[in-house]
Amino acid sequence: MNFDYNEEQQLLADSVRRYLAKDYTFEARKKIVDSKDGWSPAVWAQLTEMGLMGLPFSPDYGGFGGGAVDLMGVMEAAGDAMLVEPYLPTLMAGFAVARAGSDAQKKAVLTAVVEGKLKLAFAQTEKNARYNLAKVEAQAKKAGAGWEITGEKFVVLGAPAADTFVVSAKTEKGLSLFLVKKESVKVKPYVTLDEQRAGDVSLSRSAGELLGAEGGALAVIEETVDYATALICAEAVGAMKFACDTTLEYLKTRKQFGVPIGTFQALQHRMVDMYVAQEQARSMACLACSKVDSPADARDRAKAISAAKIKIADNARLISQEAIQLHGGMGMTEEMKVSHTFRRLTMIAQQFGDADHHLARFASL
Amino acid sequence: MDLNYSQEESAFRDEVRGWIKQNLPQDLRDKIANYEELGRDDLLRWHKILAKKGWVAPAWPKEFGGTDWNVVQRYIFEEECGFAGTPPLIPFGLSMCGPVILRFGTPEQKKRFLPDIYNGDVFWCQGYSEPGSGSDLASLKTKAERQGDHYIVNGQKIWTTLGHIADWIFCLVRTDSSLSKRQEGISFLLIDMKTPGITVRPLILMDGGHEVNEVFFDNVKVPVGNLIYEEGKGWTVAKYLLGHERMNTGRIGASKRELAKLKEFATKQTGDNGKPLMDDARFRDKLTRVEVELMALEITNLRFLDQMRRSGQPPGADVSMLKIKGTEIQQALTELSMAAVGPMAQPFKSVANDPDFDEFTAGLAPRYCNFRKTTIYAGSNEIQRNIISKMTLGL
Repeated sequence: MNFDYNEEQQLLADSVRRYLAKDYTFEARKKIVDSKDGWSPAVWAQLTEMGLMGLPFSPDYGGFGGGAVDLMGVMEAAGDAMLVEPYLPTLMAGFAVARAGSDAQKKAVLTAVVEGKLKLAFAQTEKNARYNLAKVEAQAKKAGAGWEITGEKFVVLGAPAADTFVVSAKTEKGLSLFLVKKESVKVKPYVTLDEQRAGDVSLSRSAGELLGAEGGALAVIEETVDYATALICAEAVGAMKFACDTTLEYLKTRKQFGVPIGTFQALQHRMVDMYVAQEQARSMACLACSKVDSPADARDRAKAISAAKIKIADNARLISQEAIQLHGGMGMTEEMKVSHTFRRLTMIAQQFGDADHHLARFASL
Repeated sequence: MDLNYSQEESAFRDEVRGWIKQNLPQDLRDKIANYEELGRDDLLRWHKILAKKGWVAPAWPKEFGGTDWNVVQRYIFEEECGFAGTPPLIPFGLSMCGPVILRFGTPEQKKRFLPDIYNGDVFWCQGYSEPGSGSDLASLKTKAERQGDHYIVNGQKIWTTLGHIADWIFCLVRTDSSLSKRQEGISFLLIDMKTPGITVRPLILMDGGHEVNEVFFDNVKVPVGNLIYEEGKGWTVAKYLLGHERMNTGRIGASKRELAKLKEFATKQTGDNGKPLMDDARFRDKLTRVEVELMALEITNLRFLDQMRRSGQPPGADVSMLKIKGTEIQQALTELSMAAVGPMAQPFKSVANDPDFDEFTAGLAPRYCNFRKTTIYAGSNEIQRNIISKMTLGL
């Protein structure tokens, strides 16, 4: 039993945190959010330089072979700074490639990812599927040596910046994954509530390369989404910590009736509940990341992830709502960072399955 | 990061689990499983079994019978007892008065009181709260006046758990009322419950159970040799003791057992549609949320232990969150158990002592009533929030 980061994990988390605190301030982030593409090549280069692209991928492709626990501190820092770069989508799709790809595919895709030259997106969600990962209507048909994929994918995180997509579609044999280059698809880009870039992806006889076994993709998709869920659980903890810290600071400095509002017991107890919720969320993020790295089996992993996501979703809601309430009118304004944290936590609560979805999944396992 | 117990810790857990399985008498096991009230004999029987094994006071120094277990082993032992459903070890002697005597007592007091506490020969209760002193303990008024070799005690204590079956009571009393600071002038006294002038009056709780009492002191003569530490320094002793009281309030093992039991009988219960209640999403989601909260609490507790083991420091104010969450979970489980049996939760007790009366089901609603106490006792959850607010958050 040991809940500390090891020295390497701690050093990396510290350096990422320091970098983001210096170069990814709320103001700097705002400029990136308002830019045409909504992400920064300079930041991407810096993250690559720090080894973050290589962190989760095998040394065979230039990476460091880290797991979700190794990424926890990084994701926490990302949650604090509300990183809008397409890091998570690249890790997520890269995870699917690492799990399902052939040696040649892994070499081609992951080496480029590790070098910071390739951004990925995971094109899975469809309009009527909600959070059901098995419900895919996109179709893939063999065409010569390759495949042609036709279908519509929605809210593909990181789609506007992606060079290559991992796309789910059904063949005669069932659910399968494909690598599809951006040139073969049409992306309708938009900004999400939490100021990231996403898009709807249209595929019309788009050329694709089969990734993994034909008809055998569901297990990989589930594992990939569980992995990404663990990462946003860690990210959520960083965002929650910021929300709690900044609210506490506000309670100590904001004066009404001649005294700091933090002297009012009604507010103190709400602040304590936020703090306790943050600690409980952190415990579940530890569980989620540990279990995607070393589960007893797929059920063990899924059960832990759903449990974690239920808690993270509930506590993200509580902390974000209370942070705004305790800030009063100021919390409602766009100029306060905490209102943006509210937006990110609200989206995290729903991303990859809301609490209701995971309650049903937990019970079915 | 590794959330699992080490090999040694797992082996220790298996040893404890195996030993409890072998040594917990079946009739006690059944009483606990059926939520029956435990009497003095039940409580002391289990106490003595543990004392014989040498496991009754793990945290005590080795020379007084402690086990030399580290914090993780102590936690494992307590959670295994809770999970197996052993009778509780009543804390008043073992975890409260004992540690106080060990820390503040004279060699004579140690010799006189500790063996009886360890062996379960003397049953202790706690005289802290008064009618006017609940969360605000320092306002206590029970008076002890020095007259020669004795103190003369007058006043009243309340919420005295198991006072009706106790042999001795440890009390906070006011020995000096002239001081402006209320925390000063308080002393810590040990009093034999058989002393003339003591009256115990039951306070029956809303579930019909007799756990707590009022204790009245009318010119009760207490030898000065029963004073612990210095006269007027009782608050120092009380603070030390409150630290002990707040440990292990998560009661995770016991809640795990209740959760498993509830799942089992909610599977047998049928919902309105004739299908198992566990398949009713409205019921099941409430249960799952409690289960997840319990998982989170267990990991939070282990994180604190890991921190404690590493730093060698006693847990700070953050342990208050174990009390808050642990008791909320216990209450939620009793409420869901009552809800699970639906209309059958209404029968309370048989008028004609019917032997076929379903005592277990009838016990679920009273248990729900009884467990409302958990967020009130041992420092109400609002006091726990005050502690975190002040000590951790600096508000």
